[in-house]
Amino acid sequence: PAFGLFLFTIARDPLRIIILIAGAFFWLVSLLLSSLIWFIAVKASDPEDERLQKGLLIFGVMFSVLLQEAFRFLYYKLLRKAIEGLVALSEDGCSPISIQQMAYVAGVGFGLMSGAFSMINLLADALGPGTVGIHGDSQLYFLTSAFMTMVLIFLHTFWGILFFHGCEHRRWWEIAAVVVMHLTVSGLSFCNPLYVGSLVPSYLLMAAAAAWAYVLSGGSAQNLRRFLLCKC
Amino acid sequence: MTELSAHLPQFQHGQLTENFPDTHLSNTNDNSERRRHDNSERRRNDNPESETNGQPQNNIQQVVEQDEEEDEELTLKYGAKHVIMLFVPVTLCMVVVVATIKSVSFYTRKDGQLIYTPFTEETETVGQRALNSILNAAIMISVIIVMTILLVVLYKYRCYKVIHGWLIISSLLLLFFFSFIYLGEVFKTYNVAMDYITVALMIWNFGVVGMICIHWKGPLRLQQAYLIMISALMALVFIKYLPEWTAWLILAVISVYDLVAVLCPKGPLRMLVETAQERNETLFPALIYSSTMIWLVNMAEEDPEAQRKSKNSTYDKQAPASQTQNEDAEADDGGFSQEWQQQRDNRIGPIESTPESRAAVQALPSNSQTSEDPEERGVKLGLGDFIFYSVLVGKASATASGDWNTTLACFVAILIGLCLTLLLLAIFKKALPALPISITFGLVFYFATDNLVQPFMDQLACHQFYI
Repeated sequence: PAFGLFLFTIARDPLRIIILIAGAFFWLVSLLLSSLIWFIAVKASDPEDERLQKGLLIFGVMFSVLLQEAFRFLYYKLLRKAIEGLVALSEDGCSPISIQQMAYVAGVGFGLMSGAFSMINLLADALGPGTVGIHGDSQLYFLTSAFMTMVLIFLHTFWGILFFHGCEHRRWWEIAAVVVMHLTVSGLSFCNPLYVGSLVPSYLLMAAAAAWAYVLSGGSAQNLRRFLLCKC
Repeated sequence: MTELSAHLPQFQHGQLTENFPDTHLSNTNDNSERRRHDNSERRRNDNPESETNGQPQNNIQQVVEQDEEEDEELTLKYGAKHVIMLFVPVTLCMVVVVATIKSVSFYTRKDGQLIYTPFTEETETVGQRALNSILNAAIMISVIIVMTILLVVLYKYRCYKVIHGWLIISSLLLLFFFSFIYLGEVFKTYNVAMDYITVALMIWNFGVVGMICIHWKGPLRLQQAYLIMISALMALVFIKYLPEWTAWLILAVISVYDLVAVLCPKGPLRMLVETAQERNETLFPALIYSSTMIWLVNMAEEDPEAQRKSKNSTYDKQAPASQTQNEDAEADDGGFSQEWQQQRDNRIGPIESTPESRAAVQALPSNSQTSEDPEERGVKLGLGDFIFYSVLVGKASATASGDWNTTLACFVAILIGLCLTLLLLAIFKKALPALPISITFGLVFYFATDNLVQPFMDQLACHQFYI
């Protein structure tokens, strides 16, 4: 679905593609830094201690979430500057792309990159021989991974919109809400393989974020009804 | 490239003969040579291609003053479009290389090394391995430098026939020999039975059409496709025959050299550009990837030598820059002739390469003012850049423990580097090396992802945590 989003909405406009790739790049850098921290922590600690390792992993995840949001903020700053530049250079005084579109594209960029990194090795391995869950792990590993990744990608998209909107209007609570939501979702994933605990709340959160972002983007129940009934 | 293929069998047979002095030179300086070659060739033949390159230069000069102000706006306004025009072929090339590496095992087997890298890396100690790889890289780089200087010298003294022949032989070898090997390996991998006659027919057709497309005239898309294919082939050869540490070292040193060669006043690439500018010639189209190129046959013939003046220094600078970057394979970076393109576009406005526009332009009086080809504002990138980007990504996918993560990370890094380079191009409006920024990003991300991110992601995937 995320790829479909990409094809339909982003692939047309070259500027959006650039913003997308730049967004992916920022996510990547944040991932790099967070894994650097984790790596240092691991090296500095005892490799035999299982619980400690797991604890470190959790710490790494949380830290990475915070870093991701920090980079999202940096990206927002960069895009603000870029918009000013574009406005100055365009002929009719208005930017060819609005900040909301940028927010959307940036969110998709983050999401795509995060999803790709989560899934792609799994997909490659899935092509090969093997049985899922042969060691007593859940047999639904691939399925749940796929769903979780999808929900994460969508969430990133929505968070992008919410985040940028919050920055635009200086509503700090919106930004804080995004960060908290991200932390929650990641934290929920710790419940795995108790999939009920992680997938269902994540989807609920995603629905909430979707509704919120939709409202923020100027949609309304009326628009939705008209769209669904295919009126013009 | 020709040179490499000629030497490969020799090396594998234990001989170190140099049968083709021309091609020998052309291997390292392939790109630059080819560019020169094509340039001179086109200049002399007044081809439509050179036409497209040369005419706009003449015309641009005249209009450049008036359109100075507009340049800025249009630069950045169309900047995004140009970036995408370059993203797509670079992405395609990388995809082809990665797909081949993943599926055809031939290119990841070690079957010996090129004569350019005589020191082996299978040594006992780490120190010795490091030393060997440094020596290998040094030899390769010095060969490249020698080739580039030779190319510049040949160009300066107008030995166009030599360059011409060199490039022709290079592209011949590349198109026929390497693609034959590639096809053979693909068939082996997928266990497809094929007889020699069919293969001969296919390769013959492929090669001949390729030669025509690249060196002469042909549909733009087809020419772009061929350039991408030969870049991919060349990159695959490099991935196969360069040992590990040597490859990374060479990548690093090449980008430094590229930076130096293009920006220093005495750099060979810069001299190449300036010389080409003085003679108002186009740089070898066969070594440059051009995003848009329309050849107006009629217009081309009317382009007299007199129209050529050394004007577009930027264009020339860019072309040589790209050329020097392409020592390895035919792919010379055509350099970024973006600003030239922009200027041209400013002059006649962005024109779609449609038959209507062609006719319209042809209908215009064929003086220097408007007789440039309706080449849309396109960008030129040297094939060498393609090759090195693909080498980086291919090596990442072949030898990384992080596999797809690393490949993806390098891919994004290279694209961002390309973006930044194009941005700098738009700002500085002169020839810029395309390699350094992208390769630096790519290398940093490769090593970082391989060593840092990979264990992290592995652990996360194990426990199915999500960040």
